[in-house]
Amino acid sequence: MILKRKDLIALKELQKEEIELLLDTAVSFKEVATRDIKKVPALRGKTLINLFFEPSTRTRTSFELAGKRLSADVINISHSSSSAVKGESLLDTAKNLEAMNADLIVLRHPCSGSPYLLSRHLKSSIINAGDGAHEHPTQGLLDLYTIREKLGRIAGLKVAIVGDITHSRVARSNIAGLSKMGASVRVVGPPTMIPAEIEKSGVTVFHELREGIRDVDVILMLRLQLERQGKGLFPSIREYSELFGLNKENLKWANKSVLVMHPGPVNRGVEISPEIADGLSSVILDQVTNGVAVRMAVLFLLSGAST
Amino acid sequence: MKMILKGGRLIDPKNNIDQIAQLVIESDKITKISTESISSNGIEVLDVSGMIISPGFIDLHVHLRDPGQEYKEDIRSGTEAAAAGGFTSVCCMPNTKPVNDNEAVTHYILEKARKEGLVNVLPAGAITKGSRGEELAEIGKLKEAGCVALTDDGWPVMNSEMMRRSLEYAKTFDLVVMPHCEDRHLSEGGVMNEGRTSTEMGLRGIPCQAEEVMISRDILLAQLTESRIHFAHISSEGGVRLIRDAKKRGISVTAETCPHYFTLTDEATLGYNTNAKMNPPLRSIKDREAVKQGLKDGTLDAISTDHAPHSPDEKEQEFDKAPFGIIGLETVLPLALALVQEGMITLSQMITLLTVNPAKILKIKKGSLEAGSIADLTIFDPNEEWVVDATRFKSKSRNSPFNGWKMKGRVKFTIVSGKVVYRG
Ligand SMILES: [Zn+2]
Repeated sequence: MILKRKDLIALKELQKEEIELLLDTAVSFKEVATRDIKKVPALRGKTLINLFFEPSTRTRTSFELAGKRLSADVINISHSSSSAVKGESLLDTAKNLEAMNADLIVLRHPCSGSPYLLSRHLKSSIINAGDGAHEHPTQGLLDLYTIREKLGRIAGLKVAIVGDITHSRVARSNIAGLSKMGASVRVVGPPTMIPAEIEKSGVTVFHELREGIRDVDVILMLRLQLERQGKGLFPSIREYSELFGLNKENLKWANKSVLVMHPGPVNRGVEISPEIADGLSSVILDQVTNGVAVRMAVLFLLSGAST
Repeated sequence: MKMILKGGRLIDPKNNIDQIAQLVIESDKITKISTESISSNGIEVLDVSGMIISPGFIDLHVHLRDPGQEYKEDIRSGTEAAAAGGFTSVCCMPNTKPVNDNEAVTHYILEKARKEGLVNVLPAGAITKGSRGEELAEIGKLKEAGCVALTDDGWPVMNSEMMRRSLEYAKTFDLVVMPHCEDRHLSEGGVMNEGRTSTEMGLRGIPCQAEEVMISRDILLAQLTESRIHFAHISSEGGVRLIRDAKKRGISVTAETCPHYFTLTDEATLGYNTNAKMNPPLRSIKDREAVKQGLKDGTLDAISTDHAPHSPDEKEQEFDKAPFGIIGLETVLPLALALVQEGMITLSQMITLLTVNPAKILKIKKGSLEAGSIADLTIFDPNEEWVVDATRFKSKSRNSPFNGWKMKGRVKFTIVSGKVVYRG
């Protein structure tokens, strides 16, 4: 089976079968990481460009590692301080990359929808590594992978996503991916962080943490953007962490075998108390490990290779 | 110069006329309307059988971008587009560079329109200097120079006291004030309508209340000052309701909407289509239907286009970065006719919305077909089908969400002061 698409921009657009193919492919790539020589020749001779308009060491490193393990040539371009500032448009930048014959372009950009702009103009495969508050599909996939790995299934699970849903691309990818795979999703946060009419995408909304995580199998905590304090979303970090931070006490409301996830980096003591972050329920480090395998699968399948 | 229009169906809502009649134009005036046959010896005859003859359309809200942004549009190209859309008069917004907040800019616009314009150009002056909402512009001078209305379009006058004084002052000069209703705090950072679609796309939304809060305030200020307010480009259900209620209470307000608000919804932005990005934004189905209802029951007095040209480079950007606005002069007729075809409004109502009422709002002697009046006419075939091809627009810009659409109804002749300025 092969992935019949040029780009990976949103989980919302993927069929369930495509998600399954990506996850299954990732399983075999995770095995590569356990070898002495963590490298396969699948993408030898292919060029991968990491084009980051926003800093993100984690995601960039994960893609870089994924590309290198597949033997691709990997180039990192960080644009926050260079051409974009000089007024070069995203499209101009893209056309320059096209001229370098990039096969795969991984794009991180602060504007929602920007990968579509590139994909309309370029022959290269575009992989969305986070666009504004829209989607972060590889993060969604690695979360699905981790859940499936730890709990053996996704269908029928209850998942709570907690935090600033409005501004979270991780939330949107997870809502799309989890729903497609048959999980039921709730979102939890103060009303200032819940976007308009989100319930129309099939999720249930909670404004109280304990109610929101009652009997759930997975809790996905979002990173609180601390710089949003004072912008009317929440009054103080202290109050937020008291109301929406995960600790030993309120975690009891969830299922005993609950998984605690976080896309990282964690604001320790804000979203999650340290004992939970490092505790038995936490799979935060597994998420990081699985991220590389999932991204290898994405690069591999988009470059036209078949399993 | 003498010309007879033969075979057309003449609709003049102001004078309650709807009949097949012949119309004689001599020099720049209509000299005769007759159902009897008129001898056409030696006179130019325009056969308009099967077509409708209407008073020339008047657009209350266009951006000609001249002076200052002629790469988007200029007075020549903008009035060519207007003529192609059936408009014989357009009221141009003052958000030019520099802003039309003083008589020098007004003179420039009128002079260039006299030399290069195909249709009547009626400038709107700014309410406040630089449209910054802080100090009154020289409204008296603007009126003297030829401005027919006042607006800071694109910007609301956020300060209520400033708005009150503007209304009071404008009243002295009998100029209508046309506010752009938007609470900038509620809309801050927003790029489309707030709702299911913005949530799905991860774009910052603008709630309808950003429009409605300001409409409410301005209704109250219209009441306080007993001035004339005309609300520009109404997009929301709540906006329509507020205006309907105000009119019932006898407050002197009028309002317009644009074809995109009664044709499209915010789903047109899916795929991050920047040609569906405008301000106010496209709303939900419920808003679209309320806008139609408002046209039907007369709450909304006029259809304007809010023709807002932008270059392809500006629109071919990230959705967040692309400018607000779409062009509309050349597609208004078939979109308005669609409302007639679905039985929402009558043909006569449609013509009222495009002619009589805009003329009343601006207090100009236009919008009817009496003998003796200036011959500004729009002649269209309500049944001709065509496909919109933006590359063939007279406008310099291409930012239309209707490109590729199949339309019914086409302008065949536009006549300004007795001269044919467009043949379709
Ligand atoms: Zn406006």
